Amino acid sequence: MADVIEAGAARDDASPPAGRTGRRRGVTERGHRATPYLFLAPYLILFLVFGLAPILFGAWISLHQWDLQLPNRPFVGLGNYRDLFSSDSAIYGDWWSSVRATAIFTVFSVPLLVVVPLGLALLLNRSFPGRTFFRAAFFAPYVLGVAVIGLLWRFLLDANLGLVNRLLGVVGLPSDTPWVTDVPWAWVSLVGVTVWWTCGFNAVIYLAGLQDIPAELYEAARVDGANGWDRFRHVTLPGLRPVLLFVLTTTILASANVFGQSFLITQGAPGEQTRTVVWRIVDEGLRDYDAGRAAAMSVLFALMLAVVSIVNFRLFRYRED
Amino acid sequence: MTTVRRVGRYAVLIGITAVFVTPLVWMLLTSLKTYADAQRDPPSWLPDPFSSYGYDQIVHNTANPVLRWFVNSMLAASLHTLLVLATASMAGYALARLRFAGRRLSFALIVGTLFLPPTSLIIPNFVIAERLGWIDTLTVVVVPGAASAFGVFFLRQFFLSIPRELEEAAVLDGANHWAVFTRVLLPLSKPALATLAVLSFLTNWNDFLWPVYVLFSPERLTLPAGLGLLQGAYVTDYPVIMAGAVLASVPVLILFVFAQRHVIQGVSRSGLKG
Repeated sequence: MADVIEAGAARDDASPPAGRTGRRRGVTERGHRATPYLFLAPYLILFLVFGLAPILFGAWISLHQWDLQLPNRPFVGLGNYRDLFSSDSAIYGDWWSSVRATAIFTVFSVPLLVVVPLGLALLLNRSFPGRTFFRAAFFAPYVLGVAVIGLLWRFLLDANLGLVNRLLGVVGLPSDTPWVTDVPWAWVSLVGVTVWWTCGFNAVIYLAGLQDIPAELYEAARVDGANGWDRFRHVTLPGLRPVLLFVLTTTILASANVFGQSFLITQGAPGEQTRTVVWRIVDEGLRDYDAGRAAAMSVLFALMLAVVSIVNFRLFRYRED
Repeated sequence: MTTVRRVGRYAVLIGITAVFVTPLVWMLLTSLKTYADAQRDPPSWLPDPFSSYGYDQIVHNTANPVLRWFVNSMLAASLHTLLVLATASMAGYALARLRFAGRRLSFALIVGTLFLPPTSLIIPNFVIAERLGWIDTLTVVVVPGAASAFGVFFLRQFFLSIPRELEEAAVLDGANHWAVFTRVLLPLSKPALATLAVLSFLTNWNDFLWPVYVLFSPERLTLPAGLGLLQGAYVTDYPVIMAGAVLASVPVLILFVFAQRHVIQGVSRSGLKG
């Protein structure tokens, strides 16, 4: 994405062809000086209030004992953060258990969400009758919201009434797996449902990337006697590198922010083992009204994700050199 | 040989399609069953008899006014989409075409938040919405989401891809910025605007986390937030729960069928050229 943005900026600053400068100036500098700000203002107000201010305000809240129902919000410095790290605080166990849940989910879902969609995209990456139909079918679950997906799969994975166990029974496999109430099955369910739900999204992104790889490269490889696997390794993968980085980064972020699936499908079970970070944050802040502690969790979580993203970019950069 | 391969390819594609589509078909079929029919073991694929039981429950349930939720969701998603289109297109125009002090800074700030997971701002956003008196109102599920940087970034990139010559002609005819924007640039941007409209509608219609925590009154909920309550109220009465899920799926599936090109393009562009 960084490349994309730089490309946009470069194009923006490129000086216009000689002889036309005057006319271009005419377009951009015509009108009142306030005009650009008037165009920007409606969005900018939204952005300042709900995009930028919350970043600073969230950090500010995290430094206070901020009970949403009490008028006094005493400053406590890094107290909320200290609680998250000291094993004798009441929140320590719950917090790190949610970090563990989110980590497990992310570690197992991301590789599948990077690889499976690539396979689907390769399957669709040539023209044949019905291609648009299949692409739409693969993408269809993604159009539905997590609420629908959650209700649907809670039903399909129901140990007694669900289609999954009944179909397994029909083919002679165990038909009493507790898909949503016990580990490791709960993890298999959450990861499996998420792959089913979102892999069409990544596949579409890969498809666009595949179509940007020049056909001549494949031709040249074929002339050189490269087989299908060689062409995949030496043409497709290098050509997809920026797209792979984009998919990897956005998928990690999306997986780390998992909420609805465990809220609706496993409902945190067994115990609270599948209760994720985002769920813990909103419950702490908006159900138990401890906004200060929840804000500290949010800041810490955002920092963790930033570290993961930076490492991710670094690794890919190095491999490019 | 090639025929064999072709048949093999279609067999694989149809198998994969079944994996994606069967659960959705099962949702629809179950919503048309009676309670007893849905409990049957082994299950029957087709409802026997076809029944409106699930939908009757939904229409007549006063504790869970599902139709009201549907209307709320429709209103919220439509108003949200209009707000995004208006604000993002104007800001995108300023950032793509106008020169002003602070342009680089504002663009960098806006793009910077693209990488920030929205969930990390949920606590401060709740406090801000509360101070504005928006909690448990329609406004709170319409407005804050429009601060997302995606629309502005997306339209700015699209505007940059339009040749300036067309606008220059209008300027020579004496048009001001507003006229250039509304009469030249916007008509040329219809595909991008349609894509953004469809994506904004889908996002808002499907939004779950925020509505669950900022809406309380049963008559004010959006459909996804309400579905959680429905699940709690009906537990294993799956025809009713699936009827609710179908109701939440139909508008977006229809939108997807008719605007598939826009959805797919919007998604693929988000990964590439912005």
